[in-house]
Amino acid sequence: MALDDFKDIIHRCFRCGYCKFTSNYSDFNCPPYNKFRLETFSPGGRMWLIRAMMLEDIEPSQHLADILYTCTMCANCVEECRFKFHDNIVDIIMEGKASLVEAGVVPPSVRDFFKNIYTNGNPWKEPQKKRGDWARDAGIPPYKKGDEYLFYVGCIGSYDQRVQKMAGAFGQLLLRSGISFGILGEEEYCDGNEVLMMGEEGLFEYLALKNIELFKEKGVKKIVTLSPHAYNAMLNKYPGLGGDFEVVHYTELLKELITSGRLKIPGTRKIKVTYHDPCFLGRWNSIYDEPREVLDSVHGIELVEMKRNRENAFCCGGGGGNFYTDIIGGGEQSPSRIRSREAAETGADIISVACPTCMTMIEDGLKGEDLDHKIKLMDISEIVLSAIIDAGESI
Amino acid sequence: MPKEGEDSLYTGLKDIVGEGFVSREPEELYIYSRDSSANPPRRVDYVVMPSSVEEVQAVVRLASTRGIPLVPMGAALNLEGLTIPLKGGIVVDMRRMDRIIEVSEMDRYALIEAGVSQGKLISYLSENHPTLQHSVPDAPPSATVAGSCLICGYGHLSTNYGTHAEMVNALEVVLPSGELLRTGSAMLPTSLWFGRGSLPDLTGLFLGWLGTTGIVTKLSIRLYPRPPIRDMVIYMMQDCSIVPDVVYRITHTEMAEDVSIVGQERPEWMKGYQIIAAYVSAHTREELALKKKYLKRISEKDFKARVSFMEEAPGDLKEQFMELPFFATKVADWKKGGGFEYVGAIMPIDKLPEAWEKGIEIAHRYNMLYSYAIRVVEGGHHVLFTYSYPFNRADETCMQSALAALRETQKLSLDLGAIPWKPEVDGQKEIIKRMDKGTFRLMQRVRNLLDPKGIMNPGNWEVD
Repeated sequence: MALDDFKDIIHRCFRCGYCKFTSNYSDFNCPPYNKFRLETFSPGGRMWLIRAMMLEDIEPSQHLADILYTCTMCANCVEECRFKFHDNIVDIIMEGKASLVEAGVVPPSVRDFFKNIYTNGNPWKEPQKKRGDWARDAGIPPYKKGDEYLFYVGCIGSYDQRVQKMAGAFGQLLLRSGISFGILGEEEYCDGNEVLMMGEEGLFEYLALKNIELFKEKGVKKIVTLSPHAYNAMLNKYPGLGGDFEVVHYTELLKELITSGRLKIPGTRKIKVTYHDPCFLGRWNSIYDEPREVLDSVHGIELVEMKRNRENAFCCGGGGGNFYTDIIGGGEQSPSRIRSREAAETGADIISVACPTCMTMIEDGLKGEDLDHKIKLMDISEIVLSAIIDAGESI
Repeated sequence: MPKEGEDSLYTGLKDIVGEGFVSREPEELYIYSRDSSANPPRRVDYVVMPSSVEEVQAVVRLASTRGIPLVPMGAALNLEGLTIPLKGGIVVDMRRMDRIIEVSEMDRYALIEAGVSQGKLISYLSENHPTLQHSVPDAPPSATVAGSCLICGYGHLSTNYGTHAEMVNALEVVLPSGELLRTGSAMLPTSLWFGRGSLPDLTGLFLGWLGTTGIVTKLSIRLYPRPPIRDMVIYMMQDCSIVPDVVYRITHTEMAEDVSIVGQERPEWMKGYQIIAAYVSAHTREELALKKKYLKRISEKDFKARVSFMEEAPGDLKEQFMELPFFATKVADWKKGGGFEYVGAIMPIDKLPEAWEKGIEIAHRYNMLYSYAIRVVEGGHHVLFTYSYPFNRADETCMQSALAALRETQKLSLDLGAIPWKPEVDGQKEIIKRMDKGTFRLMQRVRNLLDPKGIMNPGNWEVD
């Protein structure tokens, strides 16, 4: 796609502002608009500015780049816009970013992100050979031909210490279920979803093709992803580049394993849990029920919803590369802190997540709000695994 | 753009509101220099977003010292270019001031800051005070409550309770000098916000003046009972000459909570029809049935075959008509072009048939589809007749055509004796031309008294 493909659509935004809200209008649900409040930071403001750039009424600039790159691509605008072109809003914003990439006007942190991905295969310049280190002690096997699933861990799961535990917990559950699977370890490469969301289409294509080639070479048929972001790229974007795999998110697979009886959860956990919907699982791919069903299958768990949930969930602020670039920034009005406060308001003992990005963002948000002693952050696999361990079952 | 060190006004604004909430960047100046109407963009020098009354006062004092124009803005959805500066200056975006300060259930009012959106108040009342409601305009939920009151707007309860200006109890205003004023019941030291009171009605100094007399920072608006059941009936006819009579009889029953009239050429089946929607609210099913029975009797007894009565609206029409806020904005996509503008004409109801017929002539002359939404106000004392013209923002000819149709419709409404609602600058001049000279002189004297430096939204309510 190119921005020009949207030339007959982009001027149709009336800037009515439905896109800023939740469906009942209770809150502004566009993270950057909620924080910055200038009209330019709303989805409509962005649409008008991108059109102005197309018409050369304004020049590509660092300020314009800041405005576009604060967009977390949470797709609340897609959900709430009342017009027929609503599906195209995030595509237009993505293409707006692509124009800035082409013009060479992106924030330094975005430039560094691309550079690090290109040279190291991950945003933090971590050595590629350390990518699978986390799995060694956890006993997670490497992928071998004939395994049913490739467990695609992703950059955050591979390098972030907190998220490594999340990946480990899911790996343990897979081992327990008896399913054949493995990871690529040091052969794994970035999935490219965020690269695409940040407008570097060439680099995304490079990453996607590299992954597709590797997956094919390894004989991969089914992929289970830890991250909803990777899930989105592999499910929706890879097929256009020749990558035809069966892709599931780990919460979908857990649900299936539990329903089929391959994974039994004998324990009881008398806890109150709230669940934070990741944007790339929920709004982008309409998966709302499976994570909740997995939680429901743990005896004793009381699931309490946050005020904003499912289609109305408030983004953690990490999408669109913001987990790395942090262009949206911190402070009391940062999305992760707002979300942490909302979770605490439910009275839950645990805020559960199903996304590595959300986990790192909410972890920071809870610390920023000094709530990390009051509400525990766990991923869905960790909750399930802890119930099994509590029951005295060996792993 | 001068460098920061050379731009002491920018530095001053930054010191008041903080760096993130003032801008002179081309991107903000671009967005705030235009709205969704067909009005041309105009120069903006700064955008500022205060978060408190004190910050508004400081911004006003700074602008007053420098003689810089100030243009207060809600959501800029007036569709008349009223918040696009006519003489440059600072756009004061009020939407950071969005606290709902108090809702008094017993006294049925809400005290809110000027940046509270319709959506936020709808949601807040629904969750916390479900037996109360405010009058919701046919605007997107992002429109501000204050904006609608200050432009004397209309909403879903206007048939019974009048315009949004009439629903204002009291205001807090920063005057062009930076002084703070409270009106209505809030003018007394007790600062209660329950009503307009019987003291000199200073509230009127800020209603309909299009931001030329001060910046409203707080307002108390009236809330109304919200019965648990809301429904509607529909009357359809193909003779606009009988519409006033039908409306008269509906409003005379005092059974309808709200009455509006629609006429449009799309979808095709609506072409040539006048559709009257009478909304009914009730506390019980029996009450609802009784009210509907009375409303049905009108068509049966008085109009027989000339009016079709429908107890249930066809297809998805009911869902569309019942939605609050009504999704009027969809007109903006008729031409697949993201724009529409309308002329609002406040007129006695007996003028409706002529306004209807002549409006169609104008629309067709400019190759437009006619689209009318008419709200019956205050029990039928008058109607707000809106002629909407969608246009394609990417097609200059289409935009110019819409503008020409708008101007001609504006003239038509004045010729019919109607009062234009929230007129854009050319419309204001046309009104001034026809206005009683003494009245206009008084308006000028009031403005000069309040704003001797002429900093408040200058260019509005002025002759060249």
